[in-house]
Amino acid sequence: MDIFDITIVILAISTASYFFAVKKITKISNTNDIRPDSILSYYGKIAAIWAFVPAFSLLLFYSFLSPIFSEMVFIEKLSKIFPEHTESQLDLAFAQLQNVANGILENPDININRLAVELKSWDETSLAVRSWVVFMLLAITALFSYSRLTPKFKARKTVESFLQKLFLGAAVVAILITIAIVASLLFEALRFFEVYNIFEFLFGTHWSPNIAIRDDQVGSSGSFGMLPVLSGTLLIALIAMMVALPIGIFSAIYMTEFASKGVRDFIKPTLEILAGIPTVVYGFFAALMAAPFFRSLGLSLGMDVSSESALAAGAVMGIMIIPFISSLSDDVMNSVPQSLKDGSIGLGATKAETVINVVLPAALPGLVGAFLLAVSRAIGETMIVVMAAGHAANLTANPLEAVTTVTVQIVSLLTGDTVFDSPKTLSAFALGITLFVVTLLLNIGALTVSRKLSEKYD
Amino acid sequence: MKQHKTNTELIAKSLKRRHRKQTRLKYYGLFSVLLGISFLLILLGSITLNGYTAFQQTVIKVNVKIDENHIFGDDGKVSQDVMYATNWDGLAKKAFRKVFPEVTDRFQQRKLSDLISANSGYEIQQMMIDDPSLVGKEIEIWVNASDDVDQFIKGRLNVEVPEDQRRINDMQLSWIQTLKEKNIIKKTFNTGFFTSADSREPESSGILGAILGSAMAMVVTMFLALPFAVMAAIYLEYFAKPGKLTDFIEVNINNLAAVPSIVFGLLGLAVFLNFFQLPRSAPLVGGMVLALMTLPTIIIASRAAIRAVPPSIRDAALGLGASKMQAAVDHVLPLASPGILTGTIIGMAQALGETAPLIMIGMVVFLVDIPTGFTDTATALPVQIYIWSDSAERAFYERSSLAIMFLVLFLIGMNLLAVLLRKKFEKKW
Repeated sequence: MDIFDITIVILAISTASYFFAVKKITKISNTNDIRPDSILSYYGKIAAIWAFVPAFSLLLFYSFLSPIFSEMVFIEKLSKIFPEHTESQLDLAFAQLQNVANGILENPDININRLAVELKSWDETSLAVRSWVVFMLLAITALFSYSRLTPKFKARKTVESFLQKLFLGAAVVAILITIAIVASLLFEALRFFEVYNIFEFLFGTHWSPNIAIRDDQVGSSGSFGMLPVLSGTLLIALIAMMVALPIGIFSAIYMTEFASKGVRDFIKPTLEILAGIPTVVYGFFAALMAAPFFRSLGLSLGMDVSSESALAAGAVMGIMIIPFISSLSDDVMNSVPQSLKDGSIGLGATKAETVINVVLPAALPGLVGAFLLAVSRAIGETMIVVMAAGHAANLTANPLEAVTTVTVQIVSLLTGDTVFDSPKTLSAFALGITLFVVTLLLNIGALTVSRKLSEKYD
Repeated sequence: MKQHKTNTELIAKSLKRRHRKQTRLKYYGLFSVLLGISFLLILLGSITLNGYTAFQQTVIKVNVKIDENHIFGDDGKVSQDVMYATNWDGLAKKAFRKVFPEVTDRFQQRKLSDLISANSGYEIQQMMIDDPSLVGKEIEIWVNASDDVDQFIKGRLNVEVPEDQRRINDMQLSWIQTLKEKNIIKKTFNTGFFTSADSREPESSGILGAILGSAMAMVVTMFLALPFAVMAAIYLEYFAKPGKLTDFIEVNINNLAAVPSIVFGLLGLAVFLNFFQLPRSAPLVGGMVLALMTLPTIIIASRAAIRAVPPSIRDAALGLGASKMQAAVDHVLPLASPGILTGTIIGMAQALGETAPLIMIGMVVFLVDIPTGFTDTATALPVQIYIWSDSAERAFYERSSLAIMFLVLFLIGMNLLAVLLRKKFEKKW
């Protein structure tokens, strides 16, 4: 039975438990004339919870852990057949073994075939055991809870305390996700730093992640100095901000100070459509329309613009970021107290003078916060640069040349046929944790400065 | 008295300059807004201009007669082996070449065959399988033209350039002209685009496989993210005691909402694929990664929706003897559900357009089969757009534009739905 079938059985038994429990309590309380402690449905709920939760948890637990366990066992066995294999070669051999066992692949090696038969029967046994263990537990807990339920049982309290713990658990998931991100990135990154010096990674100026397979291969030095990648990221983010910041701020000024309510109600959602368009669409636009446009524009001006220029990627990314800046700034400027504006107008200042001398300075922390969030967004943006920026690392500040970014490198390092444990793929996780830390700092910075604004006026 | 007059004059004089400044600021603002809106129009407009032609597909009429020995085995039943051994492409090409009996040179014959799709044989085969009674009869079938012919007919192929620089040579152009005169080439509605998965030949590729992959991933995302988000939101709004744990949870949620999506892809790769050994490229894993990504968004929206329910509702429930949990789940939650639904739709729209994390977990695959289950190898609509825009053939350019039009229309539809729901259920307490 697969996981879906088992779940359906568990659900069915749990539902049945609900009705049996309600029936039992009704009967007992009617015959003995006892008033139940809680509303009847709570007895059903607790019975259903008792049936469902242990069995379903076991099912998930088993299903997640059994492949890991079988891999461990069989890699052990494979290592006896191939004592000279490294860890990653063993992983590969295990993947092949799985394919042989599933009949996708044929292997002439008799040892492998014997092991494949063993793996197949192991998998089948494991599946059968899973169904049995889960159903046993289901039966035990369902019957146990049924036998123990009496009208005196504090069903509501038990259900509620269970729910409350469940809700807490759901909230803690947010922490778990963060921990999982940090742990997985850090784990792989540390493995990378075992084979590559961390300072060379952070401050090296040469990035060419392809590792030579033959000794005489040219241009594949396998060096991981991330400075050119970082500089490319910053260059593109800078171009994006140069597009988005003025347009965004001026739009926000127009919306808050000059536009009538009707116009503003039209402009704001229209600009926000830009934020709702998927990034792959911007990437498509940047690579196939903006880049050729900039290139031919450059040619007509006598300049050589790369077809993967930082300018095209950055400009299109800037368009994407406009609504972030405009909406956030609009909110911030609206939260500047009306009394400040009135005071300024009352002293005879024009609207423009009020905006420039009163509103903007008062809203500055919020604007800085919006700016930081937008930069974080630009640095972490992937699809636009994957499709429109370059793949070769290039330490330059010239926006007309092709540069690469952190996200482009992560994607190109982890797609395509590579062995997972090579320094090349591990370096992607080192880049990933760098990206995570940088964006995290920017987000915290944004949060801190904008909190200052609200403290000032609340 | 004199002094006063000059002051007034001074102010009056400066007033003009200051008002000019104000007007300037206003027009800068207006200009920026218009610039933003025109970017939007350019973006959507250029993609529409590129994509709308993909609604149509050029087809060519071929008269073909399929003999029984290509389909039936010795026992007179449809035989897989026999069909497998049949050179369907050869049959299709031969049938098409009958239109131009004068072409005998082998090189030219090949150029001529290039006018129809390389998948024409497959189309004919499918037709025979669907209706075996056609076997042995002379039938008319409209097969897809090759992508180059299709692009030429749609006027997207520049034939002004020298012959050796274009994908259709002069000979082929004259044949197409003949086809036009004989009225056996036409444009029809591109049904194949909506009923097939990817293909190496642009003219036979479609988005159905990608749409199903996206849909399955969205189902997983929805079932994972929504319950967890609602539970977390209720906890944080009604049960959390102010303290370090609560603060830490809130900081985490706010930060997760701003973590780049590709980081979630790395997480999925390292944890779901490498540690838990879940299948690569599966909508199940894609949905799980997207659920992690949208969870903070939905939590934040759900909390806002719960907070918007006035405390009096809860107080009334508590006052009538309901427990804290009953007040939250039975009284506040139903009133907050339209808001939660709106937030969920917006979160799902965001997840639907997401590409980078799906690439990380290997959903960027070339796939001619339509996925049927949650653990099948699949791709998603945004990823399909990415794959096509990376291809060299110009015809894919047109098709990815049309796919984008669908994606964007669908997303705008989802967002509109969210706005309408909000309007409909918005209550002034």
